[in-house]
Amino acid sequence: MSKDVIKNIIVKDDEDYIINMGPQHPSTHGVLRLEVCLNGEIVKYVIPHIGYIHRGIEKMCEADTYKQIIHLTDRMDYLSAHMNNEAVCLAVENALQVEVPERVQYIRAILDELNRLASHQLWWSAFGMDLGALTTFFYGLRDREKILAIFEESFGSRLLHSFNTPGGLMHDVHPNFQKHILEFVKYFRKKLPDYKNLLTDNVIFHNRTKGVGVMSPETAIAFGVTGPSGRGSGFACDVRKVAPYGVYDQLDFKQVLYSEGDSFARYQVRMDEMEESLNLLEQLVAKMPSEGDFTAKMKPIIKLPEGEYYERVETARGELGVFIVSKGEKYPYRMRFRSPNFSNLFVLNTLSKGLKIADLVAISGSLDLVLPDIDR
Amino acid sequence: MNSVFKYFADIVSGVRSLCAGMRVTGKYFLSPGEIVTEQYPENRATLKMEDRFKGEVIMTHDENNQHNCNGCGICELNCPNGAIEIITKKEADETGKLVRSIDKHVYHLSMCTFCELCIKSCPSNALEWGQNFEHAVFDRSKLTKVLNQPGSTIKKKEAKS
Amino acid sequence: MILDIYSFSTLTGAIDKGLNSAMAPWLATLLEFVIVGVVFLIFYALLGLFLVYLERKVCAVIQNRIGPNRVGKWGLLQTIADLIKLLMKELIPIKNADGFLFNLAPFIVIIASFMAIAALPFAKGLQAMDFNIGIFYVMAVSSLGVIGILLAGWSSNSKYSLIGAMRSGAQIISYELSVGLSLLSIVILSGSMQLSTIVQSQADGWWIFKGHILAFISFVIFLIASTAETNRGPFDLAEAESELTAGFHTEYSGIKFAFFFLAEYMNMFIVAAIGATLFLGGWMPLHIGHWQEFNNIMDYIPSVVWFFGKTFFVIYLIMWFKWTFPRLRIDQLLNLEWKYLLPLSLINTVLIAFIALMGWYF
Repeated sequence: MSKDVIKNIIVKDDEDYIINMGPQHPSTHGVLRLEVCLNGEIVKYVIPHIGYIHRGIEKMCEADTYKQIIHLTDRMDYLSAHMNNEAVCLAVENALQVEVPERVQYIRAILDELNRLASHQLWWSAFGMDLGALTTFFYGLRDREKILAIFEESFGSRLLHSFNTPGGLMHDVHPNFQKHILEFVKYFRKKLPDYKNLLTDNVIFHNRTKGVGVMSPETAIAFGVTGPSGRGSGFACDVRKVAPYGVYDQLDFKQVLYSEGDSFARYQVRMDEMEESLNLLEQLVAKMPSEGDFTAKMKPIIKLPEGEYYERVETARGELGVFIVSKGEKYPYRMRFRSPNFSNLFVLNTLSKGLKIADLVAISGSLDLVLPDIDR
Repeated sequence: MNSVFKYFADIVSGVRSLCAGMRVTGKYFLSPGEIVTEQYPENRATLKMEDRFKGEVIMTHDENNQHNCNGCGICELNCPNGAIEIITKKEADETGKLVRSIDKHVYHLSMCTFCELCIKSCPSNALEWGQNFEHAVFDRSKLTKVLNQPGSTIKKKEAKS
Repeated sequence: MILDIYSFSTLTGAIDKGLNSAMAPWLATLLEFVIVGVVFLIFYALLGLFLVYLERKVCAVIQNRIGPNRVGKWGLLQTIADLIKLLMKELIPIKNADGFLFNLAPFIVIIASFMAIAALPFAKGLQAMDFNIGIFYVMAVSSLGVIGILLAGWSSNSKYSLIGAMRSGAQIISYELSVGLSLLSIVILSGSMQLSTIVQSQADGWWIFKGHILAFISFVIFLIASTAETNRGPFDLAEAESELTAGFHTEYSGIKFAFFFLAEYMNMFIVAAIGATLFLGGWMPLHIGHWQEFNNIMDYIPSVVWFFGKTFFVIYLIMWFKWTFPRLRIDQLLNLEWKYLLPLSLINTVLIAFIALMGWYF
């Protein structure tokens, strides 16, 4: 057994001073209950209790057609709704060997990056708030509003836009789509220095995050921590690079990697990813074919050939896997998701053991958890 | 000596970083033009939602109170949440033949997840997004709506040329 | 001197004379006590409500929002509406709480801050009690509030409250030292602890200008330490809503919660007023050395305006801190005090004593 696994072992005692953080608590980002054992201010162990918003999405998928499943996946990780949709769509398309039009692939990649930006902006806002800097929340949401306005213009909804469908998109994007994205890129580049001055360079913020919750690459791999949280530990796990899907193999971007593994490294990964996303958006808008179909020819009722299918994409929080078992019917026989947050959550005990209760909040904030994705 | 120097260097760099943060918030404090709040009930008259905004599902009616829905029930089949119920009736047409037609297109807004499948799947383009978003009611039963207006009839299909 | 036309001593003197001629001296004194008490009570409540409103407006503008704007013109009545709501709310009894201490705690907190405003010089001739140890009295009384916080945390029988209270105990006791030392530097310069004398000593310029960079450093230290002492962000560890939900007042509801809330804002007012009085000249207008014409023009602005102007400037600074910075961790908080602020203020005090001795200030 590795050292980190041993560190994760929890020894309970009747004398433990237990605090239940959650399910209603300002810093658990949803209905997560953390059973925290304290020794004064110091955390002895953390046991996450999940399932407060379990909705049985995987089971519900078994009664839905592949087109209907899309709108359920929105509701798992609501901050990267588009990536969740895309994962299912890619799985179905690959199973049926459908060639998706190039324009669709570009639009999907643009939405990926926009959604990633929106998610990271919200994370930045909430992370600042976790650490007590309440103003960051409003600055982050103010800029996120611009992305949501782009979404609303094209898809009619701001957060859960079930815009993908197996084979393509529901309809074409708004004519002003590209223009507004370029405007947003320009706007957000101007606002990024504020982010830097408010948190990134702040000495209090450095003290709160540097060296706090250090995750070794071994731990990241052992727990399956992916996404920016894993990359902060030097675990090269960006699915866009290691197993490119869509048009990602034709784009010029780098995988952001930091080796420190502490909360600040995880923060830095996300901040750098925001800039990478802005670069990607510019490339994608420039390369995107201005005309073309928005969907491939699909049968009205999609039936997957018998077999097992797995597809993974990179959401804003890590690697999302979709596993479909088909018996050749129009409903999946079994449907499972490998959600990134589930793995990311359970590293919490290892990271926060022996630190202060305030560090626990900083660590759970830096892991960027979305609870509906864990509970499904 | 080096540690003494570091002690004061830490203080100076720390204070400088704090000042940088205060400059950001101070800048926004002094520029009230940056306020982004929308005063919602007051701006109702000027508030324009996007054309594609998903407020609710509506059925389009023309000036003769005619709609396109023939009660085929494809939207009901496609809805993942059972938010749509089609109640049909048998009606005699001009030739005296009994034809199935729509009686009530019942739409449960409370169950709708705005996935757009009903609108996309409708073969006669009878459904559309409405831009109204003020759905707050005191009683959940009020969220159940009948989409075809009372007394409306099916639009006659124009002969295809 | 033109300054005298705005003096409140004529008004207060007339009231005193009138009362003394109308009734027995002991009765007059008693009545004066009651009048001063009632006036302060009203002042306290109104100012507390206004400060809550002000904070909400300031943070709203900082955060690109509008802030309260529905009740009354510009939302001015919003906090009154909030107060009525808090008055009507149920006082939830806590199972297994120490009932007596639980109910006593908010009163201790509010009395501590209430007592401190008695010694503040609001304007020329407007001061309830001009102690000869005024600044010492304010320091002593305002630090009583921590007892209330500790009692609140202990008696609530809640784990969050207990942690919050213990944090606040450690924090306030530590930061008291820096506040004391930074105030001491002005006491050294002016040579008195009496607040009226300290204000008078700034008739030819405020201490923050007269005392070179050293007075400025002790002003900054005072600002930081007093922010910590009033449990405000970035030092709001006792409440730390992202860690402890609401810290020591988690279990309080209704008007008892309102007491804590009001006391927090009044404490902020008190430290701002002390800072303004000691470093920025209190009600003393902006005077520069021997520029008689300039000083005369400045005297036309009433002293009460000067006092509240400076106090609200300091309050704004404290609010600006709160809405910019992330919260510190408890060990970093204590590090900041014991490793940085305390040595710096000690050195500063020694240097100030040296300049005062040599007479090197203006």
